[in-house]
Amino acid sequence: MPEMNIGDFLVYLYDLLGWLLGVIGLHSSAVSLLQKLVAGFVLANFAMLTPIFTIWLERKVAARFQDRLGPNRVGPFGLFQSFADIVKLVIKEDITPVGADKVIFNIGPVLAVMSVVGIWAVIPFASTMVGTDINVGILYSVAVGAIGTLAIMMGGWASNNKYALLGAFRTVSQLVSYEVPMIVALLVPTLLAGSMRMNDIVAEQQVWFIVAAPLAMMVFLVSSIAEVGRAPFDLLEAESEIVAGFHVEYTGMKFGVWMLAEFVHAFTISALAAVVFLGGWRGPLVDQYPLLGAIYFLTKTYVVYMVLLWIRVTLPRVRIDHMNALNWKFLVPLSLAVLVVTALVGKAVPADVSAGGRALVLFLSNVALAVVSISLLAGFSRKLQAVEQVSIDSSGAGG
Amino acid sequence: MAHEWLFVGLFLIIGIGFPVIPLVLSRIVAPRKPHALKHQTYECGMETVGDTWVQFKAQYYIFSLVFVIFDVEIVFLFPWAVAYRQLPFFAVLEGVLFILILAGGLVYAWRKGALDWV
Repeated sequence: MPEMNIGDFLVYLYDLLGWLLGVIGLHSSAVSLLQKLVAGFVLANFAMLTPIFTIWLERKVAARFQDRLGPNRVGPFGLFQSFADIVKLVIKEDITPVGADKVIFNIGPVLAVMSVVGIWAVIPFASTMVGTDINVGILYSVAVGAIGTLAIMMGGWASNNKYALLGAFRTVSQLVSYEVPMIVALLVPTLLAGSMRMNDIVAEQQVWFIVAAPLAMMVFLVSSIAEVGRAPFDLLEAESEIVAGFHVEYTGMKFGVWMLAEFVHAFTISALAAVVFLGGWRGPLVDQYPLLGAIYFLTKTYVVYMVLLWIRVTLPRVRIDHMNALNWKFLVPLSLAVLVVTALVGKAVPADVSAGGRALVLFLSNVALAVVSISLLAGFSRKLQAVEQVSIDSSGAGG
Repeated sequence: MAHEWLFVGLFLIIGIGFPVIPLVLSRIVAPRKPHALKHQTYECGMETVGDTWVQFKAQYYIFSLVFVIFDVEIVFLFPWAVAYRQLPFFAVLEGVLFILILAGGLVYAWRKGALDWV
């Protein structure tokens, strides 16, 4: 047997499975189909079961932020709280409201989970450890993620509830709007790596793309928080305005499946950010031990997840017109500007400059762009404040 | 190539199957005691007035129109971004020009007041 390192171990297992199935006498195409099924099953298990941990983490960390203890009764440090919640949700009665469109009502949550879990098919854990490395990875992740919008619209529409319908309308407006800066922000790493394949993008990051494209990463993070629909962009749920938005009529495990979709989505977005901007599985000694890459990747993912959590517990919910204005009047122009600047500066730098030098030049151009856009924004808001001040003064004089 | 997409297809089917398992489990385990009041539409205790699927003015409908334009154009930018390294400077400039035309559309919508809360 040739010497085998840890990274190839999974490949070895995969081949072993294929060999075993071949021995039983299956046709080779059936063998490869079964191999893919097993691999997909394991991957989907990972994506689906992570929330059991991240929900606990989220509640615990959010509690600490808010000077509370968080779950601490079920198991050590409340670690088994999520299991208790799952059992509770499963044994709750499932209620479908009168007049609901039953088929669509039931498809909604399932489709929401499918859309976010589907993204994991292209996310590389390590150079040898990726579901499938299709050549349009980034575009695929955006396309599959967009199905979630449809799922929410289905759930909200089929519930036969006005609040749910309002929530669904808001959702479509928000998710559809924030898709534009998100995709444009993803164009920047595509342009830098010259490929849409996830593994190529990771391999190209001798210097992490967060250095060469910090603004693109910022735009991506903000717009993907909006895509997930958590605070400060949780207008689609908005407990105090439209009770719970699109899932107000969902009870029991169906509600649990919506929650599952949201938590998987948040984790998926962190993973995408880690892959595209933070160098994915890159780290010291990865060349010798590819499996080490999975540890680096997961560490980076959790770091991004913590940042999302931090933003979530810190900022209050934005108003809906501010939400739209932030997207169309700030993030979209900014993301287009980042794309143009990156394209022009990237070509202006001579080809024989090292990767580090190129990243540095791009970083400086990003800083310049940030200064320009912030000063523009400051001028704009000063003008707005002056107008408001005038209107306050005049109303005060009249009354 | 086809094999890669086969995995995607299988994976999406698994992705559908996974959330169905707890739903089916819940259907088996959970109690079912239907009651007319329980199945009413939830509106914080109020009785629902009229049909749910009413027509109302969504102030943000215009955004979806702007979005359609942007989304279609962005698809054209992906091949440009992938080919960026092989492109001569002139071709990159053409891509930039394309983005600027797109930005022109945004400015037009902005000046027309399409991006404001109407």
